[in-house]
Amino acid sequence: MEKVKLNIDNKQVEVAKGTTIFKAAKQMGIDIPVLCYMHLEDLGIEHKPGGCRICVVEVEGRRNLAPSCSTEVAEGMVVKTHSVRVLNARKTVMELILSDHPKDCLSCAKSGKCDLQNMAVKLGIRDIPNQDIAEMSTYRMDFSPSLIRDMDKCIMCRRCETMCNDFQTVGALSAINRGFNSVVAPAFEMDIEDSTCTYCGQCVAVCPTGALTEVDHTNQLIEDLANPEKTVIVQTAPAVRAALGEEFDMPAGTSVTGQMVTALRELGFDYVFDTDFAADLTIMEEGTELLDRLTKHLNGDKSVKLPILTSCCPSWVNFFEQQFIDMLDIPSTARSPQQMFGAIAKTYFADKINVKRENLVVVSIMPCLAKKYECQRDEFKVDGNPDVDYSITTRELASLIKRANINLAILEKQDFDAPLGESTGAGVIFGVTGGVIEAATRTAYELHTGKELKKVDFEELRGLGGIRKATIDFDGLPIKIGIAHGLGNARKLLEDIRAGKSEFHAIEIMACPGGCIGGGGQPLHHGDSSVIQKRFEAIYAEDKGKKLRKSHENPYITKLYEEFLGKPMSEKAHHLLHTHYVDKSKKIIYMK
Amino acid sequence: MSDYKIHLLVCGGTGCKASESAQVVSNLKKEIESQGLSDFAQVVTTGCFGFCEKGPIVKIIPDNTFYTQVKPADAKEIVDEHIVKGRKVEHLLYVDPDKNEKVSDSKGMNFYKKQIRIALRNCGIIDPENIGEYIARDGYEALGKVLTSMSPEEAIDVVKKSGIRGRGGAGFPTGLKWELTRQTQSDVKYVVCNADEGDPGAFMDRSILEGDPHSVLEAMAINGYCTGAGHGLIYIRAEYPLAIERLKIAIKQAREYGLLGNDILGTGFNFDVELRYGAGAFVCGEETALIHSMEGSRGEPTLKPPFPSVEGYLKKPTNVNNVETYANIPVIFNRGAAWFASIGTEKSKGTKVFALAGKVNNVGLIEVPMGITLREVIFEIGGGIKGGKKFKAVQTGGPSGGCLTEKHLDTPIDYDNLIAVGSMMGSGGMVVMDEDDCMVDVAKYFLDFTVEESCGKCSPCRIGNKRLHELLDKLTKGKGEKQDIDRLINLSNVIKDTSLCGLGQSSPNPVLATISNFRDEYEAHVFDKKCPAGVCKDLMTYSIVDENCVGCTACARACPVGAITGERKEVHFIDAALCIKCGACMEKCKFNAVIVK
Repeated sequence: MEKVKLNIDNKQVEVAKGTTIFKAAKQMGIDIPVLCYMHLEDLGIEHKPGGCRICVVEVEGRRNLAPSCSTEVAEGMVVKTHSVRVLNARKTVMELILSDHPKDCLSCAKSGKCDLQNMAVKLGIRDIPNQDIAEMSTYRMDFSPSLIRDMDKCIMCRRCETMCNDFQTVGALSAINRGFNSVVAPAFEMDIEDSTCTYCGQCVAVCPTGALTEVDHTNQLIEDLANPEKTVIVQTAPAVRAALGEEFDMPAGTSVTGQMVTALRELGFDYVFDTDFAADLTIMEEGTELLDRLTKHLNGDKSVKLPILTSCCPSWVNFFEQQFIDMLDIPSTARSPQQMFGAIAKTYFADKINVKRENLVVVSIMPCLAKKYECQRDEFKVDGNPDVDYSITTRELASLIKRANINLAILEKQDFDAPLGESTGAGVIFGVTGGVIEAATRTAYELHTGKELKKVDFEELRGLGGIRKATIDFDGLPIKIGIAHGLGNARKLLEDIRAGKSEFHAIEIMACPGGCIGGGGQPLHHGDSSVIQKRFEAIYAEDKGKKLRKSHENPYITKLYEEFLGKPMSEKAHHLLHTHYVDKSKKIIYMK
Repeated sequence: MSDYKIHLLVCGGTGCKASESAQVVSNLKKEIESQGLSDFAQVVTTGCFGFCEKGPIVKIIPDNTFYTQVKPADAKEIVDEHIVKGRKVEHLLYVDPDKNEKVSDSKGMNFYKKQIRIALRNCGIIDPENIGEYIARDGYEALGKVLTSMSPEEAIDVVKKSGIRGRGGAGFPTGLKWELTRQTQSDVKYVVCNADEGDPGAFMDRSILEGDPHSVLEAMAINGYCTGAGHGLIYIRAEYPLAIERLKIAIKQAREYGLLGNDILGTGFNFDVELRYGAGAFVCGEETALIHSMEGSRGEPTLKPPFPSVEGYLKKPTNVNNVETYANIPVIFNRGAAWFASIGTEKSKGTKVFALAGKVNNVGLIEVPMGITLREVIFEIGGGIKGGKKFKAVQTGGPSGGCLTEKHLDTPIDYDNLIAVGSMMGSGGMVVMDEDDCMVDVAKYFLDFTVEESCGKCSPCRIGNKRLHELLDKLTKGKGEKQDIDRLINLSNVIKDTSLCGLGQSSPNPVLATISNFRDEYEAHVFDKKCPAGVCKDLMTYSIVDENCVGCTACARACPVGAITGERKEVHFIDAALCIKCGACMEKCKFNAVIVK
């Protein structure tokens, strides 16, 4: 590789040609402050619009300052990252940004985790000149079931746009207006709810300020927990346990399942259950549906379409309901684990403990913002009462635990309650990309072949590649599987299907990078995408540690079918555990 | 042109059209026809003559009689007197204000004497909707010469030798730009004409496209041949309907004549031109923003490199030149690089078109050789300051330029000299200011524009310009504090130093230039709470001079808010607390009793 020699802050350095000044400095241990810049290396996303101008440096011989995030090094370049000129410019630019930003940090959802706040500290800002005459750019608040846009706090870093447009290809957010009134918004400043937004929450995950945040349900939860009339039960998604510890300063990848259960009990939940149980149930339904469709298709039934697509990601469901309405009959009809759990909890379990549906509050802890929307869908309500009352994110749970003075790090480890708390390793891996299809494969293989699976680890399905494919030998029948995470990757597979070029029998799709472990409700990664890799490893370690690793071996699942549902795809199962999809395209304006 | 003995050239530019020149044309035609002169005299709608101050213009060829401010009703008289009887219509002739004499031949007018018209050579002469007239004036000869007798390298060499630099403002050597695009290997390349003229008051590109569209098409085809591009795109703002209309006609005619399309002039060279419309964003004059806009994205600049010559429209090498640059190209080939390079200064060759505006007598479009002084432009071509007022400053380079003062009047105008004195060439806006103009207010006016036109991408430009504007507003309202001038300077310097594109890198220029040249005026606003020019209303107080007031009550009756009291034949009084500073009293007073301080 061609090398370039340059001088940064009076030190010589040699770096590869094409390196930016920012990265070259980083190699030397010089941390040039960046604000709008974002590099999610493991996801192949580098966002460097050069918009904030905080990272400017002085380059000898250049008329004006250079944005180090996007300026490439050149042979013999002499760079100063902290000259008086640079420091003054950086401070002045920061003061400008702050002059158009609300000062209500004390009550901001991002307070303490805000990149802008941290930058103000780093740059030693003590005063914002002429604040008395400085007009602010203001916009109306935009509320949706999942996320809130408070664009007064937007600093135009445009990270959300990159996630929404380039990575997800959803196209809900882009810059509108000119000059001082420029802001990121849905087209024509329509409500986010009326846009193509799928509520994946990746915009929230990268927003440096409080401009994009999740809808907060913690206060409602506190009231419900204190209400003696209500029985409050909780389910926790698999990805939550692999990330919650980060909020308590534990290293990324620390699994805190047992401590989380204890904390939830201490918070006052009447029963602490696991979404992993419902994930096992999902496999029973979805796996059976897959085999059913596969068999019919192979027997020449032209009315049965393949591939079958997974349907447990609500953001992904929103995506195809808006942008692939011609293919609504391809995804599995199985509800997501969150909703299967809710449906079973408010029927089977409510009966068991003899509590009326309206007095049973089902709360879910999810790594996800779209789950907040999903549980409000009309399909998942009985006489207006939702199967899952509301969903809170990993971040909200952490906040709640902290508010209750509970130190997660020193808690003992406890087990989930029965019967909806028992799960297999197959349920756990729902939290990562490839996990759902691996779990389905473990069960479908045994159901189809009638033989015991010798090796449950399907390494060929694992990884963080955006689009992956593998062929699994079902005892002589090669099953072709496709996996995509990120809606942009999903779009590619869907367009192949639309064009009749898809080779797959089954495809797993997750909207978020890495799957649920990289969900929009997870602890903020602040640009460090390596945390996703570590959460990924934590999930598979948890799977490995489980005694049971195939969903159909979960004894409580067996019992549930015996006592209540009959068999997978039974009429009752259909009624409670399956859904249908709607055409949402009419309310949106298409991106070309 | 034809067998007609007399040609009546009527300006069909946007300005004259707004003053009913189209009606002048039809009345003239009717009159000529009714008098049976249709074989003898021909009426031609041309592009802009430049002398917009006195439009609509009618010029009679061959005697070069130049009629100004012609009304549709004058048509009959022109035909009766000039065409039939051969007598000039005296009351329509231009009067030289210095000598108070009528001038009939435009060549004798100060406005035209020092002009050299290269880019505007056909404006006001040919019918832009008739390709035949362009061809008759050596049109498409350069293209023919280049295609049939020169290699692309040889042609680029001619452009390089001519020394022409980009007329859009930055002054990048045109030949070098062409060469860079040529050197980039690619299956597809584009040449783009930047017709997104955005400086307030500038209209040279529009006038060229309205008056001589083929010169741009011809140059683009030459550019395509030189760079290896087969596609030409003209990015033009939708607010220029007449220019668009004439371009469409010109493209159609050029295709019919085989001067655009496949196998041009039988040489095997293929080149065609398409129009792309902009929504009128100033920033889209910046070439990367322009390219993004053409691609259907938000018109925002991106960091260079990569330069468009390497990665431009649809990621292909793209050569972007301004309208005026293109308009020069055919002449360079027809008359030679050496001829072109003989005009102008050492580093700035040829001419530059300026839109002369503001407080000068002769407002209009002028084309002058590089190296001419501001004094010649303002006092000779421009005819001096309106109403005999005192010259104060001239803003060149549009909202991104700086203002120059008395001491710069003898500076030869070229790219480098203007930058050296704190301004810039820009696309050619030239706004003249007199003693009645407040320089703080002028800076605020230009900031108003850049605040509005910033794309919003980078924070110093998006927020900084707004804050500059607020500070200036604070000063004009009499609320300035002692540290504000230093803050303006620091903020201006940081915005220039950190902004992403040329817009933000130059938008504080008017502030810095006015502070550096008129610091006393700023200080008067801040420390004395006074506006020396008497422009900033909040800093003015109207009062009545007792000795002069005769008590006629005219002022009190004119005052819309009842701020003036006083009995008949007694001295009146203005209540400053009620006064809204509209100036109505001052206008009404016949005794100079109302004064403003």
